[in-house]
Amino acid sequence: MFTQRISTTRRIGSLTASLAIAALALTACAGSDAGTTPSAGESGGSAKTDATITFIPKQLNNPYTDVVLGGGKEGATAAGFATANVVGPLEASASSQVSFINAETQAGTNAIVIAANDPDAVCSALGEARTAGAKIVAFDSDTNPECRDVFISQVVAKDVALIQTKLISEQIGGKGEIAILSATANATNQNEWIKFMEEELASNPDYKDIKLVAKVYGDDDDAKSFQEAQGLMQAHPNLKGIISPTTVGIASTARYLSTSEYKGKVALTGLGLPNEMRSFVKDGTVTEFALWDPAQLGEVAAYAAKALVDGTITGATGDKFTAGALGERTVEDGGLVIVGPPTVFNKDNIDEYDF
Amino acid sequence: MSAPAIGTLNNSPKQGGKSASAWLKLRELPVTVALVVLVVVTAVINPLFLSPQGMKDLLLNATIMMLLAAGQTMVIVTRNIDLSVGSILGLVAFGTGSIFAANPNMPIVLVVLIGMVFGAVLGSLNGLLTVWAKVPSLVITLGTLYVFRGLNNAWAGPKQHFAGDRPQAFGNLSVNTVLGMPIITLVAVIVVIILAIFMIGSRPGRDLYAIGSDPEAAKLFGINVSRRVFTAFLINGALAGLAGVLYASRFNAVGATTGSGLELDVVAAAVVGGVAIFGGSGTVIGATIGAILLNTITSSLTALRVDKFWQQAIVGVLIITAILIDRLASLRHAKNLREKEGRNV
Repeated sequence: MFTQRISTTRRIGSLTASLAIAALALTACAGSDAGTTPSAGESGGSAKTDATITFIPKQLNNPYTDVVLGGGKEGATAAGFATANVVGPLEASASSQVSFINAETQAGTNAIVIAANDPDAVCSALGEARTAGAKIVAFDSDTNPECRDVFISQVVAKDVALIQTKLISEQIGGKGEIAILSATANATNQNEWIKFMEEELASNPDYKDIKLVAKVYGDDDDAKSFQEAQGLMQAHPNLKGIISPTTVGIASTARYLSTSEYKGKVALTGLGLPNEMRSFVKDGTVTEFALWDPAQLGEVAAYAAKALVDGTITGATGDKFTAGALGERTVEDGGLVIVGPPTVFNKDNIDEYDF
Repeated sequence: MSAPAIGTLNNSPKQGGKSASAWLKLRELPVTVALVVLVVVTAVINPLFLSPQGMKDLLLNATIMMLLAAGQTMVIVTRNIDLSVGSILGLVAFGTGSIFAANPNMPIVLVVLIGMVFGAVLGSLNGLLTVWAKVPSLVITLGTLYVFRGLNNAWAGPKQHFAGDRPQAFGNLSVNTVLGMPIITLVAVIVVIILAIFMIGSRPGRDLYAIGSDPEAAKLFGINVSRRVFTAFLINGALAGLAGVLYASRFNAVGATTGSGLELDVVAAAVVGGVAIFGGSGTVIGATIGAILLNTITSSLTALRVDKFWQQAIVGVLIITAILIDRLASLRHAKNLREKEGRNV
C-alpha cells in the first residue's frame, strides 16, 4: 500500500502542473453552477486550490474498487483537488481502515472518501478527522450517518435489490427455490439489498412461487465463494437459481457452474463486472446480470468532497452540486446522493462495456 | 536407507525398526477414521454428497491443499516450517495467468514446469536464508510471507486474470476426469506418492527425519544438515508452485490476494494428519489425509446445512485432539522404552 501511495502521489503531482489551469476553470464553473444553493455565498472565488483528498476503499487491489477509484481520481483532478491519494488495507476486515484514517487526520487531509468495511468500527476515527477539519464522504458502503457528511450511493438500494429479484424471476420462470451468495456476513450494502430482496419476495404476488432457501457468505474470496456455491448445490438439490450481489461471488459461482453438471440448469444473476463475466455470458452460464458504472460513483464522490471542502454544500437535505459532466446531484434525506440507475448486461450489450 | 544407523543416532524414542511402524499407524489412524466416519455420516444424511459431481468437488477442493500439506510435511519434519507457501502459490498463480494472457498458445506442460521452477526459486530463498542466517525458519518465512505477498501486490496491482483468458484445455484439467478423478487431483496424488516413497524409502528422505529428531546428532553423524534442509524448502517451494498453476486451472480469478491465509490451513492439515510440529515424525500420506479431512469438513457441513461458522471451531478441536493424541502416544512410548531399558540393565 505504501508503494501505491507514492506512485499515486507522483503521478498526480506530475499531472497537477498541466491540469492546474483546467482544474481551476472547472472549479469556477462548478462554483457558479452551485450558486443557486443557499450556502453558496462563499463559493466560486473562495474555492480551495490546495485541497487534498484521500480515498480509502474497502480493500486495495480489488478490481471493482479500482474502477471506482479510477473515476474518483479523475473526478478529484477535474473537481480541483491539488492531490488525490488512495490508501487502504489489503484485506477487507472491520477494523483494518482505522489506522489509515488516523494517518490522514495527522496529515491534515481536507477530504476523506471512504467505503466502510463496518459502519461502526470506523466511526470514532472519522470523528477525530472531522474535529481536525476534514470533510467525510462515504461511498459504496455507508458508515453510520452521524459519522460522515454525505453518502454517495451507486443507485437507490431498493432498485439494486429489485432488479436482481426481477432478473432471477425471469430466468427461473417465476417459480422454484433460490439462494443468495453474498460477500461477508456483515457487509453493509449487501445486507441492505438482501433485506429489500426478502421483503420483495415476500410481498410481491409475482414472486409467490419463489422460495429463498439459503443465504451463504463467500467473504469476497474466490476460493471460499467457489466452495459455498458448491455447497449450495449439494444442500439444495432443487435449487433453480442463485443471486450473488457481489462481483467476486458471482464470478466464482459462474466459474463453478460452468465447470460442473449444473451449467445451464441453475440460473445465476446478481451484480458483476462485465470484463469478469464476459466469458460466462458467452458460454451460456449466465444470461443477464446488473451493475452501475462504478467509475461514476468515484467521480460523484470526488465532486461532492470538493463541494463540501469549498463550503458550497454542507450535506444538508436539498443541497445541490454539479458533478462535472454527469450533471447536477441533489443531497437527499439522510445525506444521500444517488449516482444513477443500474444497467443490465447480457450477451447483446456486454461488449460495449470495458470495466 | 539404513534404519539401524538412524536408530542409533536418535536419542528421541520416535524412531527405529518395528516400534516406528506401530507409531506411524497410530498417528495416521485417527485422521483416517475421522475422514471415513465423516464421509459415511454425511452421505447417509445427504446422498448427493457422494454423487459423481459431489465426489468430484470433494477431490477438487482437496487437491491444492494436498500438495501444500505434503510439501509442508517435508519441511516440518526437519524441525522447520514454511509460512510463505500461500504467498508463493499466489505469485505463481498470478504468473500463470500472466503467461497465458501474453501467450495463450504456450504448451501447458511448459507452463507447469515454469511454475514449479518459479516456486522452487522462491522456496530455495527460504532455504538459503534459514540455513545461512541460522535464524529460525518461523521468522524467515514469516518475513518472506510478506515479501512475496508484497511483490505480488506490486506486480499484480488491481489486475486480475480470469479463467476466460486462459486456454480451454488448461481449465479442462480441473473438469475432465480420468479413472473418476479430475486430472489435477490425479497429478497431486502421483506427486504425493512419489514424495511419500522418497521420504520413507530413500536415504535423503530418512535424513530429514534424523535432522528433525536431533539436529546436533544428525550433524555429528555426518549428515549434511544444511543441504538437506535447503532441499526440503526447495521441494516444498516447487510443490507450492505446482499448486499455484493448478489453482489457476481450477479457479476463476488470480490476482494480488490469491492464496493469502492458506499457510495456516496447510500447517493445520499437517498437524491434524499426525505430523509433529517439532519435527522428527509424521508422514506425507498422513498430512495429505489431514488436508482431505479439513476440506471435507467444510463440504460436509455445507451439505448438511450446518452453519459454516461452526466449521472453524471444529477444525480447532481437531487440531487440539491431534496434538493430545500425539502427546499421549509419546508418553506411552517413552514409558515402554524406559521399561525396556530397565530390563536391559
